[in-house]
Amino acid sequence: MIAEAGLAALWLAAAMALLQFALGALGLTQRHEAVKSAVAPVAVAHALLTGMAFICLVTLFLRSDMSVLLVATSSHSAKPWLYKLAGTWGNHEGSMLLWVTILGIGGATVALFERVLNKRTKTATLASQGAISLGFYAFLLFSSNPFARLNPVPADGQGLNPLLQDPGLAFHPPTLYMGYVGMSVAFSFAVGALITRDVGPAFARAMRPWILGAWIFLTMGITAGSYWAYYELGWGGWWFWDPVENASLMPWLAATALLHSVTVLATRDGLRAWTIMLSVVAFSMSMIGTFLVRSGILTSVHSFAVDPTRGGFILLLLALYIGGAMALFALRIGTVREGTQFDVVSREGALVFNNLLLSVILVIVLVGTLYPLVLEALTGTKLSVGAPYFNATAGPVALLLVCGMSAGPLMRWRRDNPKLVIERLAIPVLVLGAATLLIALFAGSIGILPMLGLIVAAGVAAASVAPLWKRNLKRTPLFTYGMVVAHLGCAVSLAGMAADSAFTKESLLAMQIGQTGQVGPYSVTLKGVSEIPGPNWSALDAELVVQRGTGTPFTVHPQSRTFKDPPMETSESAITTALDGQLYLVVGAPTDAISFPIRMWWKPFVTLIWLGGIMIAFGGILSLFGRVDRDLFGFIKLLRRKKAAI
Amino acid sequence: MRRFWLWAPFALFAALFGVFATGLISPTDRYVASGMVGRSMPQFALDGALVPGERLDDRYFVDGKPRLLNVFASWCIPCVAEVPVLIEMKNQGIEITGIAIHDKVEDIQKFLVDNGNPYSRIGMDANSRAQISFGSAGVPETFVVDGKGVIRYQHIGVVTPNDVPIILAKLRGAQ
Repeated sequence: MIAEAGLAALWLAAAMALLQFALGALGLTQRHEAVKSAVAPVAVAHALLTGMAFICLVTLFLRSDMSVLLVATSSHSAKPWLYKLAGTWGNHEGSMLLWVTILGIGGATVALFERVLNKRTKTATLASQGAISLGFYAFLLFSSNPFARLNPVPADGQGLNPLLQDPGLAFHPPTLYMGYVGMSVAFSFAVGALITRDVGPAFARAMRPWILGAWIFLTMGITAGSYWAYYELGWGGWWFWDPVENASLMPWLAATALLHSVTVLATRDGLRAWTIMLSVVAFSMSMIGTFLVRSGILTSVHSFAVDPTRGGFILLLLALYIGGAMALFALRIGTVREGTQFDVVSREGALVFNNLLLSVILVIVLVGTLYPLVLEALTGTKLSVGAPYFNATAGPVALLLVCGMSAGPLMRWRRDNPKLVIERLAIPVLVLGAATLLIALFAGSIGILPMLGLIVAAGVAAASVAPLWKRNLKRTPLFTYGMVVAHLGCAVSLAGMAADSAFTKESLLAMQIGQTGQVGPYSVTLKGVSEIPGPNWSALDAELVVQRGTGTPFTVHPQSRTFKDPPMETSESAITTALDGQLYLVVGAPTDAISFPIRMWWKPFVTLIWLGGIMIAFGGILSLFGRVDRDLFGFIKLLRRKKAAI
Repeated sequence: MRRFWLWAPFALFAALFGVFATGLISPTDRYVASGMVGRSMPQFALDGALVPGERLDDRYFVDGKPRLLNVFASWCIPCVAEVPVLIEMKNQGIEITGIAIHDKVEDIQKFLVDNGNPYSRIGMDANSRAQISFGSAGVPETFVVDGKGVIRYQHIGVVTPNDVPIILAKLRGAQ
């Protein structure tokens, strides 16, 4: 019964999306106020119905209802409840349903809370949201129905990809989807503004919280995904330039650029066309990311739902939405009035510099990710572009970007005196010099990029708190603190990346029981090896006694797990976090009866990478609160005061 | 003129769409013969990765025994995917030699511990010279080499279980 109710709710939600689109389009062409006013309630009803459909699917998964095809193929009654819940979106159909659910909620939020925009633009925005949802409903209902029944009913399900059985991963897709959907709302705003030619500060203020919100989720998603790959894949690395990682990085890069350009639009009414373009690009990157992951046209460790027909469907949606928006841009942007001009040496100038460099990195990542695909289309040759390309090309540009980040916030809007800017940078430059001296004296021989990274990180850390100097800290707005924390987070993360590649010590030993190995400040002794049965796996468990210098020894247990259903090997690394870094231990499958391969890494300050990521996201949250407070409520107050004055 | 440039994003997107569509429609596995197929192996000499002092050169292949030559890299993710298939072939008694491009010995050893070792010998081709002389453009690629050191067949891309019968047939043909 629940499955049928879910399907019915899904069909009704699709009908509401159609209505939302149709009423919105009608409201734009006709003068009836009633039509325009009806769009918002329809958007809310749409969200409620799709939410109901999603709750139905969650219920089916929690009850392990094996008469539903999706539950039978991707769940198992013996799984812990958290993974049953996560199983809801750990597959193609369920994750698409989660997508439309969040999309619906996003539309309803715009309908209920958006007060800054004029009504026409808001109506156009909601119509565009309806159109986007409609495509995904068609996708779900015609090619990937999550509620399809299975007859005869199997005794039990076929499990979930064991790599996906991890608490961190349970929340990874929802986080990313929140980010993607936030980008879709920004996209809809851009489309709405293009249709009504209403591109200005009010539009930027309405759009900014969505960009900020999406950006926070994308930042958290990437940070968490990176840490997941670090401890789950057992390769000791934190970023692999895997196509799927790139697919999540590209929207983030576009969103970061957009976040900075929308500030220029909101504050100075500049960069109108560019901001619109970036909103479209940011959402297209989200869609392209989804397409690359789902279609399986690129080989990746992530490809779990490979199906060319589904790929075709997403590609079709991509063509409709992005192609449509690009064409609309070409037709309309000429009629949008040009924004305010500014000097090169100014806050705006610095933000344009930021946008250019971010776009360059975006293009580098896009080209690297798609090059194998292009080459295959043209010549039939298959190859893989690896880390050497990305590190060598994106690395230096990213360093330059971070350098620019230290100067930007210290510049005034509209026009600034280069001499004064250099004066304001005096202390960061001193810190940079001191760091250079320290590294030259003590670091020994490390690579050029890690060395530059460490030096720049020190300078940027000093520069990023500089905007707070000589200011009344109580009266400094919350979003300025947000910027400071986020920029400081970049410096912290950069320091972690540089320290990891400069100072990591590693050692690979075929250890016999009783043998001791050394890595960094630690000595590691293999005490014993045992077979451990788990709920749906069996593990080779190594008992390792670890001692740092003359400190208290302690025991850790890295495992090499063999999952039964489906058969798969994974390694559970044992990670010990100290204040100055992490000890990372992995056991591999034995090569012979008496010795076991143990890999050991000492990674100084590697945790800073993710600490920085968390700081960046936290800075975003501070900004979001500050902006919502000032932009929305402040703007509404201003409008009321103006009306009262008239 | 300005009007024209406004269509540039759309044109770029259309090109991207074309690439995606081709990628989706075209079959995923194709066999393109390199110019070296049917010819003797080019001269090369590489340092080995498995045992210190060991080397891999073209003379190694001229001992009457047909084998596979797999061009790979530890940083190449598709290469990880084909290792189980290669190990399966190794267990059937087929000798597989490897050429690792743009790689370091430590990384290769890590790769082998992580994924298993199908290789009897691995040559380190740090600047891709040997790879280029084989007429190979990327990783992974697999060549069938007969006992006289003549390249008989080239497989481009990941070796999937479906490709094994073809490769085995080519090896038998190279006897």
